Amino acid sequence: MILRGRVLAVDEQIAIIRGERGDARVPADPAWRPGDLVELEAEAEAGAGAGDEVGARRVRAYGGPPYPGPGTEVARLPRARMARLHDRARALAALRSFFDGRGFVEVETPLLVPSPGLEIHLEAVPAGAGYLITSPEYQMKRLLAAGFERVYQVCKCFRANERGPHHAGEFTMVEWYRGYAELDAIAADVEALVADVCRAASGRAVARAGGREIDVSPPWPRLTVREAMRRWAGVEVAGDEPAAALAAVVRAAGIEVAADAAWDDAFFAAFLARVEPAIAALDRPLILEAWPAPLAALARRTDEDPRIAHRFEAYVGGLELANAFGELTDPVEQRARFEEDLRIRAARGKARYPIDEKLLAALDEGLPPSAGVALGFDRLVMLATGAASIDQVLAFTADEL
Amino acid sequence: MYDTSDIRKGLKVLMDGNPYNVIEFQFVKPGKGAAFTRTKFKNLLTGAVVERNIRSGEKLEPANVDQRDMQFLYKEGGDLVFMDQSNYEQVTVSADLIGEAVDLMKDNLPVTVLFFNERPVDVTLPTFVFLEVTASEPGVRGDTSGNVLKPATVETGASIPVPLFIRIGDTIKIDTRTHEYVERVAK
Repeated sequence: MILRGRVLAVDEQIAIIRGERGDARVPADPAWRPGDLVELEAEAEAGAGAGDEVGARRVRAYGGPPYPGPGTEVARLPRARMARLHDRARALAALRSFFDGRGFVEVETPLLVPSPGLEIHLEAVPAGAGYLITSPEYQMKRLLAAGFERVYQVCKCFRANERGPHHAGEFTMVEWYRGYAELDAIAADVEALVADVCRAASGRAVARAGGREIDVSPPWPRLTVREAMRRWAGVEVAGDEPAAALAAVVRAAGIEVAADAAWDDAFFAAFLARVEPAIAALDRPLILEAWPAPLAALARRTDEDPRIAHRFEAYVGGLELANAFGELTDPVEQRARFEEDLRIRAARGKARYPIDEKLLAALDEGLPPSAGVALGFDRLVMLATGAASIDQVLAFTADEL
Repeated sequence: MYDTSDIRKGLKVLMDGNPYNVIEFQFVKPGKGAAFTRTKFKNLLTGAVVERNIRSGEKLEPANVDQRDMQFLYKEGGDLVFMDQSNYEQVTVSADLIGEAVDLMKDNLPVTVLFFNERPVDVTLPTFVFLEVTASEPGVRGDTSGNVLKPATVETGASIPVPLFIRIGDTIKIDTRTHEYVERVAK
């Protein structure tokens, strides 16, 4: 009879083969290594139980002689990474069960679109007659306008030229929206979802980052952007000051920034130098809220202070995990912001994408007051499994294709 | 020209007229902010390390540098002559470029020579060389612990502290970065 399986362990005499009939002990072949796929002709009927010894001789390894191509280790993935892919599947199952339990409808919107989003610092990947999405936001908002009240999506998004320990050009986004809801309801969702997924991975509501454990049980501490910039960078941010004024304040705080820096560049010079490292040192997650309006292209301004928008970012272990907006529903202001983005893109020599007129039309027909969030699923898996790099939670990185 | 997506370890770029080698880089992109690559460069001429943030869209000029595997032929006064084995081209390099390790260089030693604008600017030796001991006093009988060292002269003329059990005719492995004895090599 034929026994097929993988070499689980091998020493000089005995190999354990895990395969279609369970684990079997067979005489070892000196050429075998753990992970090899082998086919054996066994002399006796092999039992199914672990540890059964069968007299066998090796007929062939499926691999045969090394394929005369570049590298012969293509089929092998590090064991730790394979374990993380199992964890990733469990995280995805926990995530779907989270949304199902809260009455959300899972949707799938197109990945190939005519208008990929105009955000100044995102570049889309051209495909066919259009672009691959950088986020499913526009189409999901059209579903809200059509009458859906709670929708979520897990999909691939694509961003050109993004590659680093926390970035992959193709990555998985979880995006969800609640109609007739405020940003607080979304913050509560994020907190509970992260706790659920971490529990599914490790049994406890803790995330792991940089060798530390972070208690993610809700509710999470909150801080406004103004307060964070004041406390950690010594920089006062109004939100409507000229770029040069903000750059001067940032420089006065001892942070290097060009005198002619744009408003957002001056802000991020201080934010990256002082605020992000301070957030990374916290032993709890953080909801960083009330962002200056210039940094919230698709968010509503607050009634109390029009220089501030309904936006928060959720940080866990220093990792920027999710970005949420109280959605802008006014088509006139939305068009004005799109046109401003296009003007800046043109001035900076960036690709010009068409305005999504169907989104504006849908806003005009009526988007209920809504709140929504985009959460990086790969980063969530990193936190749930303690992975140091996004590469460790992907089946294959772009470099491995 | 290179842009930020070309940045990787070992990329050779020209900044302010000097050739640099990328030794570390990290992509940084805050949500809603501009992306940049935090990059550490090592000056190929001086060894000095500088850090710069290269913004997405910014260009870097390639440095006209070239690394060639060559073989050490012989010394000629204060100069060393190397040969490119692929085309038998010879190049003469001042011994100053190599520094202290020059007295560990034996004929036919494989090295890497870095050229900047066609001129040799750096020579990298293998980390270890294997040399025969040509002169050394016999060790004191009984002390074989290896903790006590004595001087030994190797075939290239360098003097290396070695354990007492090393004898004339032995081949030893030496670290070219530190001039330290590593181990005796079985013949």
